[in-house]
Amino acid sequence: MANPNGIGASVRRREDARFLTGRGTYTDDISRPNQTHAVFVRSPYAHARIRGIDAGEAMTAPGVVAVLTGADMEADKVGSLPCGWQIHSKDGSPMKEPPHFPIARDRARYVGDAVAVVIAETREQARDAAELVMVDYEELPAAVTSVKALDGTAPLVHDDVAGNLCFDWHLGDAAAVDAAFAQAAHVAKLDLVNQRLIPNAMEPRAAVGEYDRATGEHTLTTTSQNPHVIRLLMGAFVLGIPEHKLRVVAPDVGGGFGSKIFHYGEEAVVTWAARKVGRPVKWTAERSESFLTDAHGRDHVSHAELALDKDGNFLALRVATIANMGAYLSTFAPSIPTYLYATLLAGQYKTPAIYAEVKAVFTNTAPVDAYRGAGRPEACYLIERLVEVAAAETGIDKAELRRRNFVPASAMPYQTPVALQYDTGDFAKNLDIALPMVDYAGFAARKAESARRGKLRGIGFATYIEACGIAPSNVAGALGARAGLYESAEVRFHPTGSVTVFTGSHSHGQGHETTFAQLVAERFGVPIENVEIVHGDTSKIPFGMGTYGSRSLAVGGSAIVKAMDKVERKAKKIAAHMLEAAETDIEVKDGRFVVAGTDKALSIGDIALQAYVPHNFPLDELEPGLDEQAFYDPKNFTYPNGCHVCEVEIDPETGVVEVVNFAAVDDFGRVINPLIVEGQVHGGLVQGIGQALYENCVYDEESGQLITGSYMDYCMPRADDVPSFAVQYHEDQPCTHNPLGVKGCGEAGTIGASAAVMNAVVHALSDLGVTHMDMPATPERVWQVIQRHSHAQAAE
Amino acid sequence: MYEFTYHRPTSLADAAAMLGRSEEAKLLGGGQTLLPTLKQRLARPSDLIDLGQIAELKGIREEAGGLAIGAFTRHAEVAHSDLVRRVIPALADLAEGIGDRQVRNMGTLGGSICNADPSADYPSAVVALKATVKTDRREIAGDDFFTGMFETALEPGEIVTSVTFQKPDKAAYAKFRNPASRYAIVGVFVARFGGEVRVAVTGAGPSVFRATDMETALAGNFSPDALNGIKVASDGLNADIHASADYRAHLVTVMAKRAVAAAG
Repeated sequence: MANPNGIGASVRRREDARFLTGRGTYTDDISRPNQTHAVFVRSPYAHARIRGIDAGEAMTAPGVVAVLTGADMEADKVGSLPCGWQIHSKDGSPMKEPPHFPIARDRARYVGDAVAVVIAETREQARDAAELVMVDYEELPAAVTSVKALDGTAPLVHDDVAGNLCFDWHLGDAAAVDAAFAQAAHVAKLDLVNQRLIPNAMEPRAAVGEYDRATGEHTLTTTSQNPHVIRLLMGAFVLGIPEHKLRVVAPDVGGGFGSKIFHYGEEAVVTWAARKVGRPVKWTAERSESFLTDAHGRDHVSHAELALDKDGNFLALRVATIANMGAYLSTFAPSIPTYLYATLLAGQYKTPAIYAEVKAVFTNTAPVDAYRGAGRPEACYLIERLVEVAAAETGIDKAELRRRNFVPASAMPYQTPVALQYDTGDFAKNLDIALPMVDYAGFAARKAESARRGKLRGIGFATYIEACGIAPSNVAGALGARAGLYESAEVRFHPTGSVTVFTGSHSHGQGHETTFAQLVAERFGVPIENVEIVHGDTSKIPFGMGTYGSRSLAVGGSAIVKAMDKVERKAKKIAAHMLEAAETDIEVKDGRFVVAGTDKALSIGDIALQAYVPHNFPLDELEPGLDEQAFYDPKNFTYPNGCHVCEVEIDPETGVVEVVNFAAVDDFGRVINPLIVEGQVHGGLVQGIGQALYENCVYDEESGQLITGSYMDYCMPRADDVPSFAVQYHEDQPCTHNPLGVKGCGEAGTIGASAAVMNAVVHALSDLGVTHMDMPATPERVWQVIQRHSHAQAAE
Repeated sequence: MYEFTYHRPTSLADAAAMLGRSEEAKLLGGGQTLLPTLKQRLARPSDLIDLGQIAELKGIREEAGGLAIGAFTRHAEVAHSDLVRRVIPALADLAEGIGDRQVRNMGTLGGSICNADPSADYPSAVVALKATVKTDRREIAGDDFFTGMFETALEPGEIVTSVTFQKPDKAAYAKFRNPASRYAIVGVFVARFGGEVRVAVTGAGPSVFRATDMETALAGNFSPDALNGIKVASDGLNADIHASADYRAHLVTVMAKRAVAAAG
């Protein structure tokens, strides 16, 4: 490594000093002169007709500037929040796409649905006045759970969506699957629920709208993972503001996990209202609002069947899933249980035939969309639970059954029966590394030792593969995406050799300011402190699709590489001129531009100075300056993969599950910053363990009230809930189609961990005859399972 | 929060006078329940009377072989007190396990017992350690103090000043935490005074209660095995998404055994 802060160096995050000392600038830190404050009046009912809104008393309350409703938005021709992905049902019909207005007009469709906004001089005055807005609700029966909402008798969330069915989609070859099942020696079956989760970013959502009457420019500062996408969706579809008159800024953002990808109504309301009241309008969600209105994640109910031959070879997989969309379609909601879920159902296995059916359903609950992993954890959980059931039923060791069915490294690139083509991966190698990390051979002895202490011990595996680096735009377009999915970058050398990199990716905890700077340090030998990474502002960045789906490095980083390629090409020409050599003789070595075979060399700083002070410069061939832009559109998805192994110990007296050992072996392709990668894995694992053992979004099934509306009831994993993780990665299988060879690491932990934990839990309970239990494995649920099976055993 | 008038009296008499002036006034201890309640606009007091500057409400002393602890003594002070550790170590352990560090640094003994949250820890110690609750008007036996869910024997305007705990021969507190809130789903405080044993249960029911069958069994044989087969009835116990009444009833026995084992 030429540069101590180059590729492969565990550079400490440069942004952390700012965050850890409270000097970050988050949206709520921004206050504008003459600013007003918005507070939303939200529906207390899951489903209600809005018969009228009387804002008279609220309007006269102290400090109130305006009370605005859906009718005001309608009068101003404000549109519906658009959906960014269109799915077609089996019969070819497009998905049902009912309007989703920023403020509800005639009906409120979930608890928390906005029905009015109060704008006042202070936040407390707005809160006071919001309580005075009299909404005449006619409460309606609610459809709360996905399965009941589909039963044909449930109340309709949208009058024109029959049976609450948004779409009925499928993927794969049903006939081939049927034929394979007919030949099967064994069929493993499983019904499972992938429960709904609430994202819980540390920073609640917030937005500040501004309007400059002099220029006609709107500015929205918002907690977004992708400000350009918000500009496009809100400008073009909701408010009718052209891009050149709309600036969207996403400054420091305190975590997203997917929940800040989407265009939310509050963003449109503050932007629209700022012009209406002629003053900046600021809104910051309270934590209670985050629980109620941030797009939730997961919420699948599935039935799955795996056909095996007599030797344990997988013949076919059949999956039927009901996916809860919530009350409205959030920005990318339809893509999650389809192209980010069913396409991953091959997992790491060479299962020749797969067929998946997905019914998406509207309910009177908060919208559901991408949440860390987004479809892929649901796929991994289903496959890996089913494989473990198959192992238990056939008596084949679960590690061996997996190994027997892995797509071998020699078969890469491998076309799955569900649309994807894996480029690289050595799944057996991941397993080989993982097994000694957990002393798999020594498990029986550890289990016996646990038993002596009255504890139940189990070990579980999860092998995962995900499709990241989203996405080749033409492929995504063919599958229903209504946007491109490339990324842009600009690399601007300044006259004295420092560099500003503009990226369309967005960092909200991923460490881009460090990792991306390492790319530049490596390439041009620039000290890392001379590289600034700028993101999150549509007025500065050429364009951007943002950060989600573990795409920042694979797509955004590749765009930076392409821009650096252009810089290097131009710099070579300048160097050739300065060194009086042929351009073809200029080589780049350790960031220096060298005349081959000589000691004549220039640093990029020398070249940059000449580019901006072009006294000795080929002005007849080249423009001055050293500032290049590039867009990168990926050729394929990337396929991070790995093997997670979890060991748990259960206290049968209380049902408490303790994760006592966890090993994660990951293939992320090439790793730029191992320290940040390890941090991403740790965070992901905790989130996955959170789903397996703690987190559960619960609505009252009749009233649709959110029961887990605070941390008193919604259980987040804490540091003392998890063990020290054993984490390893290998770089033997770099991505073949992007210039960095990187695959992405942001979601991996979340994808593998839930399945590994639940497989370990079920394994620990298997001596009692337990074959499955749903997440989360809370103490009472585990205790109840133990009670039922102990009584069943006693009765035998 | 709604607006309120904030007061910071320096004497008990001043506090009582302020409290008497408005029916809507509330006392502020460590604020660990009241402030979140106010932030969520679930309460609307006219006045908030902060007891934090009143010296006579603070401090821990040895008294009649037991401990007298001022109402405005924070959980962390009890947890880290050498005196409490020496005289009733189980009480220090209980305080050390309340909430989290931030809660322990703010929350107070008086605030906890006056709020009478069914899942609070201290009520179990008040009952098991045969405490006496002293107020600005009278003394109330610990057994009579808690009258229901969030209800106590206090009269309007009455202010708790201290709690005296009797020193047991052996004692321990075992708690099963709500995984989300980490309040007690079930907490059992076991204390032995000579031939008498007290088993006080918090979290399981609407209010702290004594498990008298367990007390009888332990009086004869102070060992975990003495509780084999003894269960409290699940009727009337609390139930929520984290724990059914049956599960709570089961956990009472488990936690009682663990407390007895810990008491040694």
